[in-house]
Amino acid sequence: MIDPRISVIHERLRNVRNIIAVSSGKGGVGKSLVASAAALTLARKGFKVALFDLDFTSPSSHIILGIDDLQPKEEKGIIPPEVHGLKYMSIVYYAGERASPLRGADISNALIELFAVTIWGDLDFLIIDMPPGISDATLDLLRFVGNIKFLIVTTPSQLAFETVRKFIELLSEIKVPVIGVIENMKMKDSTFIKQQVESKGVRFLGEIPFDPQLEESIGNVERFLATRFSKALEKIIERNLKPG
Amino acid sequence: MHEWALAEAVITTAFQIAEKENLEEIIEVNIKLGELQQVDLDIFKFALSQLKPPLLKNAKFNVTRMNAKFKCRACGHEWSFNDVAIDEDAREAIHFVPEIAHTYVKCPRCGSPDFEVLQGRGVWIDSVVGAKRDD
Repeated sequence: MIDPRISVIHERLRNVRNIIAVSSGKGGVGKSLVASAAALTLARKGFKVALFDLDFTSPSSHIILGIDDLQPKEEKGIIPPEVHGLKYMSIVYYAGERASPLRGADISNALIELFAVTIWGDLDFLIIDMPPGISDATLDLLRFVGNIKFLIVTTPSQLAFETVRKFIELLSEIKVPVIGVIENMKMKDSTFIKQQVESKGVRFLGEIPFDPQLEESIGNVERFLATRFSKALEKIIERNLKPG
Repeated sequence: MHEWALAEAVITTAFQIAEKENLEEIIEVNIKLGELQQVDLDIFKFALSQLKPPLLKNAKFNVTRMNAKFKCRACGHEWSFNDVAIDEDAREAIHFVPEIAHTYVKCPRCGSPDFEVLQGRGVWIDSVVGAKRDD
């Protein structure tokens, strides 16, 4: 038996000029915050942007964006609703606030389904908020979604970077483009991460200071974009993300 | 109406198979439609008829429904979709993403959400029958 859904994924993404997976390998480093702020920032700069939360078992970008009561339209496919100037897609439209206990094969199936039926339209950037780890979602993206670039987030912690290092090496080995690495939650001066990243032949994009005000801004987009976190990310984006 | 997107996937796949196998014409596409996704058969068939390119203009789409069957990984119990009592909103969510069943459905015997969909998840192409090009 043949799964027909895979054949249309490429067509669905035909008019998406840049697909960026915000990824890490390690959880808790701020991927969803970086993905959300990056998508909002690019949208405010006038680009056509969508944000897709692929963290099916622990989605959180809807909380960052303060999205409550939105639903996609159904029209020869699924049309993601627009909110804060960007198209937004997440499994929370279907799972609500309930837990989704999915095994790897289920995650793959849900990912293929949503990529096969979501009509993105014309986009400069599709930002994907990835789940942690180098597992199903990452492998499926590499398999089904061509033309993808990875934006990697780490913290200054050696524990986080150990997995990030393996992830960078894997992506380099299989020749998948890496835009670079962002060091989040920086608390003291150190060039350890920068040196490590550059020694792997990957660009160090910049650092984002630990921002104690960030938590209070969650759910309020204007406050979120005014944080030190978002301002630092905006500078990194201006330097490094150009629509190609 | 996302039946249209699924129908488009069937047409695209059949077309790709025809090209790969050097088929002049596709005569038959045999499709398995899983109960769990609750695809509206009339809309799906209408979409297939509207979307088919010249290579499939005489193609017959044979659609076979498959009942959804589940097996609990915790206690081994097997059950069907009809045994599950879920509301309309949950059914609709499962229609869009069948894996959402894991959010709303539990094993009727032990209550575990850890189950396998043995059959009847969504749309599959069973086979494509066509006429080879003479060359």
